[in-house]
Amino acid sequence: MEMTGAQMVMEGLLREGVEHIFGLPGGANLPLYDAIPQYHPKIRHYLVKHEQAAAHAADAYARVTGKAGVCFGTSGPGATNLVTGIANAWMDSVPLVCITGAVIKALLGRDGFQEADITGITIPITKHNYLVMDAEEIPQVIREAFHVATTGRPGPVLVDIPRDVFQQKAEFYWPEKVELRGYRPRLYPDPDEVAKAAELIEQSERPVLISGHGIHIAGAYHEVKELAEKANLPVITTLLGISGFPGTHPLYMGMPGMHGMYWNNIAISESDLVIGAGMRFDDRVTGRLKDFAPNAKIIHIEIDPAEVGKNVRPAATLQGDARICLQQLNKLVKSRERPDWFSHLDELKRAHPSIAIRDTDEVLPQYVIRSIYEATGGDCYIVTGVGQHQMWAAQYFWYDKPNSFVTSGGLGTMGFEVPAAMGVQVAKPGEVVWSICGDGGFMMTLQELATIAEYGWPIKFAIINNETLGMVRQWQDLFYKNNIVATPLKNPDFVKLAEAFGILGLRAERKEEVGPVIDQAMNHAGPVLVDFRVKHDENCYPMVPPGAALHETIDLPAAPREEVKVR
Amino acid sequence: MTNRNGLRKHTIIALVEDRPGVLNRIASKWRQRGFNIESLAVGHSEKQGLSRMTFVVDASTDAEQVVKQVDKLIDVVDIRDISEEDIVSRELALIKVRADRSNRSQILEIVDIFHAEIVDVAPDSIIIEATGDEDKIDSLVQLLEDFEVIELVRTGRVAMLCGPAVSHPPEHEEPERYQGFEPPYTAK
Repeated sequence: MEMTGAQMVMEGLLREGVEHIFGLPGGANLPLYDAIPQYHPKIRHYLVKHEQAAAHAADAYARVTGKAGVCFGTSGPGATNLVTGIANAWMDSVPLVCITGAVIKALLGRDGFQEADITGITIPITKHNYLVMDAEEIPQVIREAFHVATTGRPGPVLVDIPRDVFQQKAEFYWPEKVELRGYRPRLYPDPDEVAKAAELIEQSERPVLISGHGIHIAGAYHEVKELAEKANLPVITTLLGISGFPGTHPLYMGMPGMHGMYWNNIAISESDLVIGAGMRFDDRVTGRLKDFAPNAKIIHIEIDPAEVGKNVRPAATLQGDARICLQQLNKLVKSRERPDWFSHLDELKRAHPSIAIRDTDEVLPQYVIRSIYEATGGDCYIVTGVGQHQMWAAQYFWYDKPNSFVTSGGLGTMGFEVPAAMGVQVAKPGEVVWSICGDGGFMMTLQELATIAEYGWPIKFAIINNETLGMVRQWQDLFYKNNIVATPLKNPDFVKLAEAFGILGLRAERKEEVGPVIDQAMNHAGPVLVDFRVKHDENCYPMVPPGAALHETIDLPAAPREEVKVR
Repeated sequence: MTNRNGLRKHTIIALVEDRPGVLNRIASKWRQRGFNIESLAVGHSEKQGLSRMTFVVDASTDAEQVVKQVDKLIDVVDIRDISEEDIVSRELALIKVRADRSNRSQILEIVDIFHAEIVDVAPDSIIIEATGDEDKIDSLVQLLEDFEVIELVRTGRVAMLCGPAVSHPPEHEEPERYQGFEPPYTAK
């Protein structure tokens, strides 16, 4: 069948099962937009206000569906606006397919209007990218792009297509199989290593299991739970691993690392075995690397060969897909009681109640997060930006719903929270989506409120408004002699702002207003923005100071532990 | 493995797709880590559509991590650090030397000793072609400096494993179980 290049792209997306696209048109990708109506409503396109939002929305969509997210941008500034979103997906191993328009072939490399060498720019932040010079190649390229993006360690792929290639007519041929000589992700671990790992677990007196984003990616929820229960292992989840293991499970310990639970950081330091499953021993997790888990042997379950041995030297390496690796391991692992270790951990938790909330007159940000937990019972998706509010959302919420915590981890992209919530809501139309926003980050992408109002997505925004770039202020406070520079924020009136966009705006200034306002937001059928006016200078604890080791964690000043009530 | 400025070097060979941008992708991985590529040689391999590269990287830094990163590139079929293995390595140099009637025979003598060749003769210059490992080329150039080297061009190292070993796994050894497997990401 003869088609234009643009039709081939849309046909290819359809065959790859794409249902939703986020994007913004421009001169170079106009032919692609010309082909969209033909594929509506099988494929729906959502018009964003800035391409960065398209990338973040597609990224979040991918995180919660497991399918590749798709975004469109035009050449030049359209493409460069995608860069932050692509880098974010790259750092967090999210499958993203970005299709950008390029100037016509004759203008490539000649500084044509709105030209940017986007394939050159994105080499370091994509798993692979393509510049398509002939429409005949498009079906093959689309097929490969999805294959590369979604298999192995997932990641973003960019396809750049010049305007005249979109317009070129050629025969559409859909390849059934993808053969890439240089790309064969290994999925099955070495059986000898699996046996060694099972033995190490059996011998271990003081093990910890740290599970990461790989559990979500591989869909290994059942397997990781089986391993923990079978071998009796305390489970710690990295920031991106949160909601990979039930948050209210008796074996669950919370997050480790820079703002992790005090007991976790001590447990890791004292452990004799660390099982890292689908995580990469990131610097925010390990603290000072040379003092990370000094007494422990390490089992690393990891799909990416380049991550093995990068930060730690494992005693056993299960290189492969996390789900398959865990299935193999679960066959060999033996059950074992570890009463001393668990009573020691319980004692640590009692002595250092890392996440107790102080009784204050002011609204504490932690109190807001916990109130949202109590109001929703955890049955919602939580999206966050980056900073203090993100850490509190990781600490003060118990995620029992698999894959319900969506956050920017590796790149730490402020402003992720607004467009990411769009992606989650599109992917999960019947579900409650709470976007926990920092007031700083919210200001970076708030233009998307217009998009949200247009499509009527009922997202609930909770701005944790402390009128400051909170995490940076915390560092100025703790490590720069409280020299507060460029962190106080002069914010707009967020309630009026919401109303200007046609969104319900609410505010809570006092503690007793928090609960009712959350209820009001939940009962409203459309999008809502709540401005929570919280204490300005609350610091986020526990904290491992930069460059310090995990055992040097600064704990929250001791406070009585409260019970959490869920309605 | 030669010594220069007391630093060891890594010799790395790679089999890559013969496509635009491949060199850029590979070079980008080394650049990101601040590693300097000392020499690089690329040309067609025995396989259709694949090129073989040899590059020499300053080994004062740990190259293992970057080799793994480069191996992940879709266009890289195989990459291997062969610094510790038995290899044959050569480079080719063209050396233009100021030479006239008075000293030409002296230069020819040196060229002879090094089994090099004269490939161009002009009234006051000659071009010498030399092949060998870097040490040999270095020594030759050093001796020729007495006569004024006008221009020097070197290809950089090309290397190959000794014996029947090849620098990539034969394709039929691809484990069958990896094929036709549903990508786990979409199989939730």
